[in-house]
Amino acid sequence: MTRTLRLPALLLVITMSAFLAGCGVNNIPTYEQSAKAAWSEVLNQYKRRSDLIGNLVETVKGFAEQEKSVLTQVTEARSKATSVQIPADILTNPEAMKKFQEAQNTLGGALRQLMVVSERYPDVKSGANFLALQNQLEGTENRISISRRDYIQAVKTYNTELVTFPGRLWKWAMYGGNKEMASFDIPAEEQKAPKVDFGTVPKKP
Amino acid sequence: MRQVREHAAWTAIDVGCGLSAASVRIVVAAILILLSFVQPGLAASPTFPALTGRIVDDANILSAYDRAEIETTLKALDVKATDQLVVVTVKSLQGYPIEDYGYQLGRFWKIGQAGTNNGALLIVAPNDRKVRIEVGRGLEPILTDTTTKLIIDNAILPGFRRGDFPGGIKAGVRDITATLLGDAEEVKQRAKSVRKRDTSNDIEIGPLGFFLFWVAVFFFVMWVQTQQAKQLSPSAQARRRRGDGGVIVVPGGWGSSGGWSSGSSDGGGGGGFSGGGGDFGGGGSSGSW
Repeated sequence: MTRTLRLPALLLVITMSAFLAGCGVNNIPTYEQSAKAAWSEVLNQYKRRSDLIGNLVETVKGFAEQEKSVLTQVTEARSKATSVQIPADILTNPEAMKKFQEAQNTLGGALRQLMVVSERYPDVKSGANFLALQNQLEGTENRISISRRDYIQAVKTYNTELVTFPGRLWKWAMYGGNKEMASFDIPAEEQKAPKVDFGTVPKKP
Repeated sequence: MRQVREHAAWTAIDVGCGLSAASVRIVVAAILILLSFVQPGLAASPTFPALTGRIVDDANILSAYDRAEIETTLKALDVKATDQLVVVTVKSLQGYPIEDYGYQLGRFWKIGQAGTNNGALLIVAPNDRKVRIEVGRGLEPILTDTTTKLIIDNAILPGFRRGDFPGGIKAGVRDITATLLGDAEEVKQRAKSVRKRDTSNDIEIGPLGFFLFWVAVFFFVMWVQTQQAKQLSPSAQARRRRGDGGVIVVPGGWGSSGGWSSGSSDGGGGGGFSGGGGDFGGGGSSGSW
């Protein structure tokens, strides 16, 4: 490189780096971080739900001793969901993600059943404590579904960036280690109304 | 080793940005077309009314007099605590659960200040017979699910059941405001943190600033180079000419151009009112009558 060429070359490097951001050099790490943040929010909300369950079970237990099976189901589902090991690579490991989701969905199903059953007991239903817990549980379920939706959206953005142009080139050049992240599928049981088999005809959806 | 890697990266950049415009256009077009087929219909969002002020009475249930009265309370809250509370009545929820509608509307309007996320919405859907207090992330510890449920059940719904929408809304706004201003010390802290950020963050660096920044960098590098050239011994100069060493690589880690311009948060002083950039995560409660 001769001396006369040095300056233009330098100038080129500088101006090009100014346009790099526009070329999306930072997109992959940025999207990766936001997907990870969305994932922590999902975990956070699941934890919140898990923390509510203890009180809820205690409250219902006092009034509805005969609903032991539902209560045990909830308690068991909860301990199962909290004992699921979350491997470090869960985000890029669809198998682990599926396992985690299944445990959480079982817990969600058991909880919905508990709430439906509780509605049959006027003492439970009208207790101030129960009402507050019911309200908190509703709020938490709402936050869970929003955080899951945000996560799905963030992962979609990130995965799309990895496989489309120009993200694809950036991945090839600089972020070879970045893998696509696993997303959720909205479970079927979350979409249909809870069903309780106590010999009565369930409400038609 | 590092140098080599970075060189590889620079070469790639050349490939990435140096493709002829026509071929890039074709590739992008192809991807866009493909994407439009692949993209799943992920929770299409409803259409929202425009944010015309602190009260958006799309369902037309408030008189001008009611609006003025509520507006005064809402504005006082904003001035005192920087909390943005917006009352919105909608004709229809377009088939969405009010919880889904509410948080998306809050995000769409960006109610609340950026960073503090201290916004809240009182959403009334008279035709769906649904009401919801949607609470921004930052206010969730104050306007808890339980508190909002109590406000809906005890203040708002009695009025609504009588068909007195203005009365219910006024009672709701009164209680929400009272809750938000309940802990005076906390209110002061909240307002202070927002105002501090406003003044320190209000420098907007536009494209011109961006350009000037790079011109400055360019001249600085030039200056360093000439200084070095003056000091270098002839042998070192010879080495430099061969091209080893002296490569200035700007690492690729600095922020995108978007990072330079801070979102201006117009708290609604003066005539217009706009969201300050607040976020919503599903806090609050709903009720129906």
